[in-house]
Amino acid sequence: MTSQPAHRPAAADTAGDTAAPALEVDGVSVRYGDVVALDGCSLSLARGRVTGLIGMNGSGKSTLFKTVMGVVKPQEGAVRVDGADAQVARAGARIGYVPQTEDVDWTFPVSVRDVVMMGRYAGMGLTRRPRAADHEAVDAALERVGLTALADRQIGRLSGGQRKRTFVARGIAQDASLMLLDEPFAGVDKVSEATIVRLLRDLAADGRTVLVSTHDLHALPELADEAILMLRRALFHGSVADALEPQNLARAFGMEPPRMGGAA
Amino acid sequence: MSLIDLIVEPLQYDFMVRAILVTVVAAVVCALLSCWLVLVGWSLMGDAVSHAVLPGVVLAYVVGAPFALGALVFGVLAVVLIGVVRGTSRIKEDAAIGIVFTTLFALGLVLVSVTPSQTDLSHIIFGNILGVSTAEIVQIGVLAAIALAVLILKRRDLTLFAFDPTHARAIGLSPRMLGALLLGLLAVVSVVALQVVGVVLVVALLIIPGATAHLLTDRFSRMLILAPVISSLCSLVGIYLSYWLDAASGGLVVVVQGVVFGLVYLLAPRHGLLGKARDARRARVGAAVEPDT
Repeated sequence: MTSQPAHRPAAADTAGDTAAPALEVDGVSVRYGDVVALDGCSLSLARGRVTGLIGMNGSGKSTLFKTVMGVVKPQEGAVRVDGADAQVARAGARIGYVPQTEDVDWTFPVSVRDVVMMGRYAGMGLTRRPRAADHEAVDAALERVGLTALADRQIGRLSGGQRKRTFVARGIAQDASLMLLDEPFAGVDKVSEATIVRLLRDLAADGRTVLVSTHDLHALPELADEAILMLRRALFHGSVADALEPQNLARAFGMEPPRMGGAA
Repeated sequence: MSLIDLIVEPLQYDFMVRAILVTVVAAVVCALLSCWLVLVGWSLMGDAVSHAVLPGVVLAYVVGAPFALGALVFGVLAVVLIGVVRGTSRIKEDAAIGIVFTTLFALGLVLVSVTPSQTDLSHIIFGNILGVSTAEIVQIGVLAAIALAVLILKRRDLTLFAFDPTHARAIGLSPRMLGALLLGLLAVVSVVALQVVGVVLVVALLIIPGATAHLLTDRFSRMLILAPVISSLCSLVGIYLSYWLDAASGGLVVVVQGVVFGLVYLLAPRHGLLGKARDARRARVGAAVEPDT
């Protein structure tokens, strides 16, 4: 898995302010009826880094992703990508997304190549007929994730790791500057996990910003430059080693850290 | 009587030629649309919209407007009402669909019963493929051509919407608009199909062909070929059976579709019941021969 020298860094061809954070979430609150999913969540990601997003189920990780992608409208707060409203980045197809396994219909009659081609739709004409440049970008993305030989296979006939790499390839074909991955290691064996970790490190080396939600704390030191602990807001944002300190993890997983002397 | 005679004899009647023409057109358009409906999971929505258009069609008949216009208005109304009931109360979507479409369909039945010239309108409910007029053929042709053109031009967007609406949103497309387009086409296509099988059975042409094709292939582009081909053949067989058995044409068209689905469900090479059992057996044998690597 080598990065291609011919590939332009994703950040270089994006409009927007290069000094601004790649992703800035500013005081975002999302409520579904009485349920508070995000409560004044603020965080900021620098360009070209891999960040792990750690939190238990229901901590708001998926809601945060949906807010960045425009699926959920926050009641309060704003999301900015490269200094401009996230809508600008969406319109420019700069946000790539690798969905959770259970959010995909794996019986859907599409091949690996079809899915990767969907990354190119935003730049295509009315009927989304692929041009030579689109086919080249798809071939290059498939090669980069190592799925060239399986390009024509229906997505349901792939292993867990191959499925994830298919969607990563879609983000590459799209030339996304911000990649969001929702639990990419769930249902993936250790060998494939290492492959995906290498791939994501490579993408960050291109200048892309990668945000990965994961339960898998063991993969974190290899994978991420920094980590965010989530519980309806970003409780902690810093180095992976510090994030994995028991007292920090305990807060994210809803437990008070053990204290000497016993508090009320 | 030879097989050729069985096929050729009905064609000497003008009404049979028209029936076959209209049936094939309706079968093709419905089958194409059904490929997306079954993949999005909107079969129930197809059922709802195809029934809910009835009052619109009757009112259009009364005021002399094109049927499609009335159908579109009530199709949209049904979708909006379903969304409102589901979104603003504790009622779940399936119940909301059931309430809205039966009420609108019943309203249509009431309108049929109080509208003079009941003979024409009862055909809307049960289909009247053998008595279709030239004006109706023209209307069906125009609507089918519009639906066909939109489906083919926007097929990649609609497939993206069916497969991954979140990605569509993330790259700046509007899944809401694409969903609305699909529902609008559903209302228009319902008008095409209700001439053939009647409003009660339209949903069969809008679900079965896509489902049958989905069991036969792993490629969406092939689904878009298989579904219309199978659906037109089934519909032709249904029309001929109705001629020779002197039985309800709309009913037979749907019965044949259902029988063919049943055969495919059992016999399809990879996704049929027998194919899956064979693959499972092979996997067991393979696992026994080859130790885990």
